[in-house]
Amino acid sequence: MPESSGVRDGSALVTGASRGIGAAIARGLARDGWRVGVNYRSDRSGAEAVVSEIEGEGGQAVLLEADVSDRGAADELFGALESHFDAPVLALVNNAGISRDDLTPSLGDEEWDDVLQTNLTAAFRLTRRALRPMIRARSGRIVNISSIAGLRANPGQANYSAAKAGLIALTKTSAVEVARRGVTINAVAPGLIDTEFIGGASKELLDAIPARRLGTPEEVAACVRFLTSEEASYVTGAVLTVDGGLAA
Amino acid sequence: MATITAEQVEARVVETLASFGPDADQITRESTFEELDIDSLDLVELAQVVEDDYGVVLKGEDMKELKTVGDAIDLIVSRAE
Repeated sequence: MPESSGVRDGSALVTGASRGIGAAIARGLARDGWRVGVNYRSDRSGAEAVVSEIEGEGGQAVLLEADVSDRGAADELFGALESHFDAPVLALVNNAGISRDDLTPSLGDEEWDDVLQTNLTAAFRLTRRALRPMIRARSGRIVNISSIAGLRANPGQANYSAAKAGLIALTKTSAVEVARRGVTINAVAPGLIDTEFIGGASKELLDAIPARRLGTPEEVAACVRFLTSEEASYVTGAVLTVDGGLAA
Repeated sequence: MATITAEQVEARVVETLASFGPDADQITRESTFEELDIDSLDLVELAQVVEDDYGVVLKGEDMKELKTVGDAIDLIVSRAE
């Protein structure tokens, strides 16, 4: 059974939810009573496993295939989720992200464009679409999964860092615009999290982290669960780092 | 689609604007958005209501030109025709 006291009024969309941080967020929101749209681009079996796990715990979830970098993806995803649960989407977690690392002198246009499209432009389009029903409902939670790479230099990731820093600026600006409608928009900036996305971690890398370990997807999800809760109603435009002290 | 009358649009616009704060009886065609304390976010929301109810798409640049409640009603009615 979900851990929360009951089903939330609306549904929640989590992009890039087939594995890693996104999967942990989808599972966590379902435990909080959200009906969850589990978006994936290519890892259908991973997303199916997330949906099965949520349903196995008594929650509700639906698979939503879409490449968020497609121009029509926001309308497609929201339309599908709204009709499936016959409820407005009152929480959006922009988690989908890719990396195409290279040093700036050799970073190609395509690597720049792909990362900006998926990590920043898609989040903007999804946010724009999400705000329509949220503003009218006088209720909504948007959480953008940024990165500490958006706060400090990370050589080899000019594209990724620019997108993640842009996501923080998008978060702050949009949060201020809609704050008086009861809609909150915040960012979570994970550090090094133990997922396939970052691969393993060398001893040198671990020594740089004050907590001396990688974070877990569930530790990131815990922050998202707080920011999507009713209790977080006065938190907006904030950036919550989850990094074991790395960016402190 | 059934014809939309100016009276229907006016009633919907007044009802929507009243939900943003001002008293409905304070809102006339001559009222300016400034004196009603209706701001840009309110106008964005009004545009959403108009699109949802009448299928009339009003862009940000359309809304920026509007000064009075009557301006908004006239624009919506003309686009709906």
